[in-house]
Amino acid sequence: MNFSLLVLGAPYSDQSVNTALRFAEAVTATGNSIYRIFFYHDGVNNGNALITPPQDENNIPAQWQQLAQHNGIDLVVCIASALKRGVLDSIEADRYERSADNLAEGFTISGLGQLIDASVHSDRLVTFGP
Amino acid sequence: MSNTNKPILIVCRKAPYGSSMAREAIDIALAAAAFDQALSLLFAGDGVYQLMKEQHSESIASKNHGKVLTALPLYGIDTLYVESNALRLRGLEATDLLLPVQLLDSDSIKNLMAKQQTLINI
Repeated sequence: MNFSLLVLGAPYSDQSVNTALRFAEAVTATGNSIYRIFFYHDGVNNGNALITPPQDENNIPAQWQQLAQHNGIDLVVCIASALKRGVLDSIEADRYERSADNLAEGFTISGLGQLIDASVHSDRLVTFGP
Repeated sequence: MSNTNKPILIVCRKAPYGSSMAREAIDIALAAAAFDQALSLLFAGDGVYQLMKEQHSESIASKNHGKVLTALPLYGIDTLYVESNALRLRGLEATDLLLPVQLLDSDSIKNLMAKQQTLINI
């Protein structure tokens, strides 16, 4: 079966992020596939490359990156949610003349149309949020 | 994007203020409408507060969520359901709401959800 995930929670604040990660790992481990993971609301912070957890905690952005890299999964952060929370790729940083960009590698910034597209092209869309 | 028109139901269950979740759920609805997806909204739980008349959000420096909702029919989103029990538990009636809605009991909600291809619960 082909899944897409909608992730609403911020990393390190909301348990739903860890649940989403474990769900995604279970999907890929059981021979099912993931079409897209769409990060929305506070979930866009999962794509912040500057996240620096203490040594005894998981690096959540890195976990998403590994999952995506090993399984060819599209990681998309919502542009409207991301910009107002300070998550920018180099194109948006240039456009809005910000001093730096911080979108983690493997993530892309795009619009809500990518969520609607995911709902159309997946057998199941599963929401993880507070 | 190919439009296979799988019906989407967005379940709006958050109060209109206190977090941006209610507004962001409506943004998903507007995006879906822009892509001509078959779409309906169900206001459940505290989500019924989103539809209250006479919201005065300027006093908390927030955008008026009620005004956003009244624009939904302009975008072709006119299938609005409300969990009748959620209204009753909060001492509200359909006449307290700013848009015409269809009231559903829990069995009808179950049937409605069973007909959807995608549920977005937010």
